[in-house]
Amino acid sequence: MTEKKEPIWIARELSRCSGCRKCEIACSLSHEKRIWPEASRIRVFMLVPGVEFPHFCAQCRDYPCVQVCPSKALSTSKRTGAVLVKPDKCTACGLCIDACPGRIPHLHPTEKYVLICDLCRGNPQCVKVCREGGWNVLKTVSRANRAYELYARKPEETTRDLAVKMYGEKAEEFL
Amino acid sequence: MISGYAGKFLEVDLSTEDFKEITFNDEVLRNYVGGRGLAAKTLWDRLGTEWETIDPLGPGNVLTLFTGPLTGFFPGGRICVSGKSPQSNGMVGSTVGGEFGVELRCAGYDGIIVTGEAKNPSYLFVKDSEVEIRDARHIWGKDAKQTVRLLTKECRELLKERSPSYGEFKEPSILYIGPAGERKVRTAVVAAKWTHGAGYGGYGAVMGAKKLKAVVAKGTGPLPEVADMRKVKRLINAVCDKFYEFELWRRWGTGAAGYEVGARLSSEPVRNWQDEWHDEKTFGVDQFENRVWVKQSWSDFGCPTCCLKVAMVKTGKFKGAITDNPDYELQAYLGPNLGVFTPEENVFLASLIDDLGLCGIQTGNVLGFAAELFQRGILTRKDLEGIVLRWGDVEAFAALARKIALREGIGDLLAEGTYRAALKIGKTKKLDLLGYAVQSKGIGIGAHGIRSGKDFAHMISYACSVQGGDHTSTASLPLDGSGSELYAIFNDSAICCMFNTFGLRRMTRFEFYTAVTGLELTPEKWCRPKALRILQLQRAMLLLAGPDLKWNPKIHDANPDRFYEPLSSGPYKGRTTHRAKVERNKQEYYEEAGWDENGIPKSETLRRLGLRDIDKALNKLRK
Repeated sequence: MTEKKEPIWIARELSRCSGCRKCEIACSLSHEKRIWPEASRIRVFMLVPGVEFPHFCAQCRDYPCVQVCPSKALSTSKRTGAVLVKPDKCTACGLCIDACPGRIPHLHPTEKYVLICDLCRGNPQCVKVCREGGWNVLKTVSRANRAYELYARKPEETTRDLAVKMYGEKAEEFL
Repeated sequence: MISGYAGKFLEVDLSTEDFKEITFNDEVLRNYVGGRGLAAKTLWDRLGTEWETIDPLGPGNVLTLFTGPLTGFFPGGRICVSGKSPQSNGMVGSTVGGEFGVELRCAGYDGIIVTGEAKNPSYLFVKDSEVEIRDARHIWGKDAKQTVRLLTKECRELLKERSPSYGEFKEPSILYIGPAGERKVRTAVVAAKWTHGAGYGGYGAVMGAKKLKAVVAKGTGPLPEVADMRKVKRLINAVCDKFYEFELWRRWGTGAAGYEVGARLSSEPVRNWQDEWHDEKTFGVDQFENRVWVKQSWSDFGCPTCCLKVAMVKTGKFKGAITDNPDYELQAYLGPNLGVFTPEENVFLASLIDDLGLCGIQTGNVLGFAAELFQRGILTRKDLEGIVLRWGDVEAFAALARKIALREGIGDLLAEGTYRAALKIGKTKKLDLLGYAVQSKGIGIGAHGIRSGKDFAHMISYACSVQGGDHTSTASLPLDGSGSELYAIFNDSAICCMFNTFGLRRMTRFEFYTAVTGLELTPEKWCRPKALRILQLQRAMLLLAGPDLKWNPKIHDANPDRFYEPLSSGPYKGRTTHRAKVERNKQEYYEEAGWDENGIPKSETLRRLGLRDIDKALNKLRK
């Protein structure tokens, strides 16, 4: 795939996720040169078995994480629309996590800065492996396709929705 | 230190609540690798001198949860559970899928060794290098789905409390037992997620005996450093690219066999193996797909195959039952083997078996055994406390499965597994019931028969295996041929999912091992001496066995009697196994494995492999 020049966005069909976590493997290999699930910028949650889904930055319209950052460690990329973290400026204070409606950012497990999806400079590796696997949970689209404030939801909220979709009223027993 | 290992193991004594970190030297890791091989070495070193007297269900047993250097790298995460087996009294390497092994390695451990016995129901919580034994009284008695729910919640809250600014923790990974394991049922699994189980060996009962409800792991570090990451990445892609194209299993998992193995290969257990053929298209995988699957692809860490599916019954009597596919084994054992031929009924039974923490293969085997005794009037309605155990009556089978899990009434006898139940019930009935027990060395035989000669299993597959009826680790000739148990030992020791090795060049797995560890290994050097050494260790522990049962190769290196009866229907009607041929194959296998004509590893074989202590221990069997 050629690198997209316009701002992009990753559309998601969460209920297709197989839970293979290839996205975590690809993301951590790309950013950390290791297979490191907790340091991946995209993380697959499985709070209920069968209900796996990737949880990662949705690039809100108003970027509350960037706004709240007291140390100017966060900015947005004009080219891709991604939130960019400056590791040397980040103090790992966690305010951006609380500001995020989906509590999506998390701290690097061993370093003192926060992890947020940077859209791999416009060519997201998670999307690539998801497509190779044929799961197509993730799809890179133009930011013009971005639906209003979607996906910035807490893991528990998304779990509930997907569990009910899959298991119906029985889901209540597992939540 | 060898690359690809986290470098240390966690040892936990539940009796004293002590922890320590231990290491194995490079030579041990080079020879025994991890998983099953390293477990064989560990168990022999720790229990070898008193093997025959160690009660698998007593505090003296040692439970091992070992990853291998390929865990997390080779697509499809698995871990190997072992100990002295309450089924065979030998040692079985029993692997289970899921992310537990990955979490453990990311926490900095290649494995866990559990000794002793807890005073009260407990669970072990490992978060990186922080380890604690926690009270599990509030989870004791809970079924699979509730155990996972409660532990996921509780442990995520613990993680949040301890690292409040971290953000959201992904769920930790859990290995646990259900009610059956708690009651030391010999057909109980060590489970992962809701439906995955390390079934062969019966280690759920070992955890239960130790009052260990679960082990929960969260690792926030990376997988260990490998020798050549570029090569590892290339190999991961090579395996994935191959299996992305394997449409049959990607689409249908092993469930594709639910109809095919019965109808075409004629090697599926039907009514306790009284038949191995059926032509019930209702049991075709398309019916499962169309009627009950709510998730078409469900996988464990890094897996391209996704042989798992999620199934749920949405309407009718069994509404709300949830399990995986079921896979072929549970389709067969909780389907045709019990005279059940509808997907919804099969899903219902599999879901119940998961919830109770039972192994679908071993429990399906003992349920079929009981139903045949009922069919023949040997077990009566009175014996079964009112249950009319007719073929195809899923509710009757469900009622009996509950009794087994809770060890109630007749369930207490059947909870001993088919072989022991046959001996015990036979004694009270004054009948020889072993003819109805389709097992090898205390382990019910996987759902692949040998009589039609069309399936992968053949006449000495189970008879000569060091893991008895385990269909994933079968004996075959030649000993270093591609279907050999020596390669199963590689899969279970380095740990790669067997299903992501089919059709792969034999060398790929070894290249993977080399890229991860930096150690050269060829199939030839693996087979002899490494895998052969592990095989001898397992053989020795199996032959020493005890305390309640022992195996005499002359009698017990055998197929169940049923496999010598002619097939009663289907395209291979009349086919059977010939005792004289089995005997010839057995002797040939003994010779290739370096065993004497009585099936006992020869002194010279053991000495050549550096196993002098085993040689000494086996002296008493060489009369």
